[in-house]
Amino acid sequence: MSTDVLSADPAKNPTYYLVEDEDHHHESGGSTAIGFWMYLMSDCLIFAILFATYGVLGTSYAGGPTPREIFELPLVALNTSMLLLSSITYGFAMIAMEKNQKSNTLIWLGITGLFGLAFLSIELYEFANLIHEGAGPQRSAFLSSFFTLVGTHGLHVTFGSIWLVTLMVQVGRFGLIAANKRRLMCLSMFWHFLDVVWIGVFTFVYLLGVLR
Amino acid sequence: MDNIIKTIFGRLSIESLPIHEPIVVGTFLGVAVGGLAVLALITKFKLWGYLWKEWFTTVDHKRIGIMYMILGIVMLLRGFADALMMRGQQAIAFGDNQGFLNSHHYDQVFTAHGVIMIFFVAMPIITGLMNYVVPLQIGARDVSFPYLNNLSFWMTAGGVVLVMASLFIGEFARTGWLAFPPLSELDFSPDVGVDYYIWALQVAGVGTTLSGINLIATIIKMRAPGMTMMKLPVFCWTSLCANVLIVASFPVLTATLVLLSLDRYVGTNFFTNNLGGNPMMYVNLIWIWGHPEVYILILPLFGVFSEVTSTFSGKRLFGYTSMVYATIVITILSYLVWLHHFFTMGSGASVNSFFGITTMVISIPTGAKIFNWLFTMYKGRIRFELPMMWTIAFMLTFTVGGMTGVLLAVPPADFVLHNSLFLIAHFHNVIIGGVLFGAFAAINYWWPKAFGFKLNQFWGKVSFWLWVVGFWVAFTPLYIMGLMGVTRRLHHFDDPSLQIYFVVALLGALMIAGGIGAFLVQIGVSIWKKEELRDVTGDPWDGRTLEWATSSPPPDYNFAFTPVIHELDAWYDMKDKKAQAPIDGYRAIHMPRNTGTGVIIAALSTAFGFGMIWYMWWLAAIALIGVVVVAIWHTFNYDRDYYIPVEEVVATESERRRLLGQGA
Amino acid sequence: MSAHTPHGHGDHGHDDHAHGDTHGHGSLKGYMIGFVLSVILTAIPFWAVMTGALGDTQTTALVIMGLAFVQIVVHMIYFLHMNTKSEGGWTMMALVFTAVLVVITLSGSIWVMYHMNTNMMPDMAAQMGGGM
Repeated sequence: MSTDVLSADPAKNPTYYLVEDEDHHHESGGSTAIGFWMYLMSDCLIFAILFATYGVLGTSYAGGPTPREIFELPLVALNTSMLLLSSITYGFAMIAMEKNQKSNTLIWLGITGLFGLAFLSIELYEFANLIHEGAGPQRSAFLSSFFTLVGTHGLHVTFGSIWLVTLMVQVGRFGLIAANKRRLMCLSMFWHFLDVVWIGVFTFVYLLGVLR
Repeated sequence: MDNIIKTIFGRLSIESLPIHEPIVVGTFLGVAVGGLAVLALITKFKLWGYLWKEWFTTVDHKRIGIMYMILGIVMLLRGFADALMMRGQQAIAFGDNQGFLNSHHYDQVFTAHGVIMIFFVAMPIITGLMNYVVPLQIGARDVSFPYLNNLSFWMTAGGVVLVMASLFIGEFARTGWLAFPPLSELDFSPDVGVDYYIWALQVAGVGTTLSGINLIATIIKMRAPGMTMMKLPVFCWTSLCANVLIVASFPVLTATLVLLSLDRYVGTNFFTNNLGGNPMMYVNLIWIWGHPEVYILILPLFGVFSEVTSTFSGKRLFGYTSMVYATIVITILSYLVWLHHFFTMGSGASVNSFFGITTMVISIPTGAKIFNWLFTMYKGRIRFELPMMWTIAFMLTFTVGGMTGVLLAVPPADFVLHNSLFLIAHFHNVIIGGVLFGAFAAINYWWPKAFGFKLNQFWGKVSFWLWVVGFWVAFTPLYIMGLMGVTRRLHHFDDPSLQIYFVVALLGALMIAGGIGAFLVQIGVSIWKKEELRDVTGDPWDGRTLEWATSSPPPDYNFAFTPVIHELDAWYDMKDKKAQAPIDGYRAIHMPRNTGTGVIIAALSTAFGFGMIWYMWWLAAIALIGVVVVAIWHTFNYDRDYYIPVEEVVATESERRRLLGQGA
Repeated sequence: MSAHTPHGHGDHGHDDHAHGDTHGHGSLKGYMIGFVLSVILTAIPFWAVMTGALGDTQTTALVIMGLAFVQIVVHMIYFLHMNTKSEGGWTMMALVFTAVLVVITLSGSIWVMYHMNTNMMPDMAAQMGGGM
């Protein structure tokens, strides 16, 4: 697309400047995906620290409740399925987006949001129960790290859900324009990333905790 | 009534104002008078509109870079004032003489000194340099995310506001710059100091992390065509690696400070002394951040030294490939050494040996770089302009500091020297010799690019000699005392034989103060005499990289035509091949609009921090919701660009050609 | 050389896949495979722990950790569309680098703190060691 300014033969007279035939802007639109991926990598490290803390302090029960005493695996299994289902429904939303089907996209996004809400409600129920039983985050270092790790994940899901609703409004209003598609792509990465973190959570916190 | 006041003001009260501290009151009066004078002048000359439209809301990387530099240099004055107070106190406080700072204040001074110098001087300066130079060196028009760039700057400024506020409202932390528990826990630091520390760093940390993401994306995605990674200027390589370190380490700081704040606000037990807490875990975590942090500080300046050495030796940098690999190796290795900061905490011989060895290994790539710079100079035609002088001073100074680092890397030696003045001398040696001398080299080097005129040589040399000599006079006594066993962070000494050393150190500090003063004079005189120092070519040093291809200062859009790259040292290649920029075929240029959202979100974040510090929960809640709402509202604005009309581009470029015709 | 009328980002139809955008995109098949695999890889660990069917805890622990790792890879491939081409390989490199750092942080912290606790807080160490 560039016109060779100095001569027709690039070998003899290489171009040093790009003279463009049409406005070919390649600015931030191209950077969004990699930029967001870098943010996700930084988020990975936040979780790594929380996992490391759980790894080091996770057996400091201070004479208080232990994992086996407080973790209800059936509830965790239910939660896990909510999140996993929300991942697949987001996937369906992305397929609809690729096909430029605005209403299908919105429907699948909505269902994803509902699954996310279910996940959060179950988690809040679990936390409320634990606190009520005297197994709150202040009771021991194990509980502090449990609540912080799982709670931080839940906070991320919360922000993701707010973002989801915002995007639904924006897609509803402005349609599947390029900017909105970029944003949906980013949220997709975010949402699946949260599911990846949850794999770590249910394995290392809940399952291994009960095994001890 | 009391309840209402408590709800509104949290734990803020009249007692929070340090009206009984003469030094603080004096400082406040000085700042108030000076600050009001500045505000009055701005109002008088009706500059608020200009400042808002052209500077505060700018998304131009060049302006944001300049604002970062101004922030860093202003904070240098505050951080150095703390240093002078410490030197002053330690020079007189022997035996019966308690000095003028009791431990309560002295502890705040050294804490603030460290926090400010690292987070609010060094980080803004390197961020400012990278922001200004990287897009120009890669032939781009701006960074990948111009809005985020603006937000990042203001978040850093927000952190500054919180730290400065601690001087006049309440107090600062008394824990040292890393705020180790249990001292930083609620039991032992119940007052606002540690909270100021936490929130200042959290707010600024968001800005830094976003800036890291921004520059990585920029270097990966926005290079001019033909600029492969191995044709990237060395400064961009070191910036890339520094930003990778930022993105990979600041989350650790963020998470660790969150854990500390949970302990302080919610009563969790991460680092407490009871209920299972483990304060050693904090030290472990914070240094997982802390060690990469010091490489974040130094890598960009290594890049500066590479650029300066090659330019002022008139030669291509020796060993480009090995420089790149050395930088990458340093980046990775910096994650494998962190325990050397706490050899003495007790992890035992096997752990200590591992980290001792990795620490020694990491000095190897750094050494390789020094050799490459020397080989670049060898058989070059060296011009001893100020940037080169600072570079040579760096080579001599930093190398000594690096060697003392390798000495400390030996665990048995560290058992004697940990937390002694030897350690203090070591890290000041590398930070001042590396980061600060590099900053001065960079400022002298790129100032003409940013402002269109050089800096005054005479005052630059005065500043240089005062700094270099002053540094050695100030810190050599500390090396000696450290070897004698003197501990850091003491505000009073019983052994009078040490006094002479501290007096000499104070002398050195005063020389450095002179160096800083001379630097400020240099800037003032240069602005006053800018016509004499004017450069119209845009390339006053016969540079080798693309930033010198633009006018000084560059137009908003940097390059009217995107350059196409064929070789390393692209600008040198263009000059060598006599490449002509096209004189027609200009297009309207697509640019991002300014935005006030960054200022607003940062202001709200700062208010959130203030509310959290003083337990003004209503303020914290409203501010936090405000941040979310404004951020969401901002995303509803899709109209973020405009075009610079082609006529304007034509006019700007014609003027440039005219000046080139008449210039050197 | 006519003047351009300004227009927003939205109007470029080709922007979705412009400029060497090599992001993977999902297909129904891909998502379904990923979903089914994830369900299996989740169900097995839960079953193993809840029924104790695998005998000793050591084996169960290793199995569920291994399956977790596999499921993460499944998510990366089928949901996050990770491949070596995306963004010229930078995405993969960033992931690998981050993974390395995560491993260093986790294993490093646990190793360091285990030794710290053994030497400095023997009671802690017993808890940590027992827990591991």
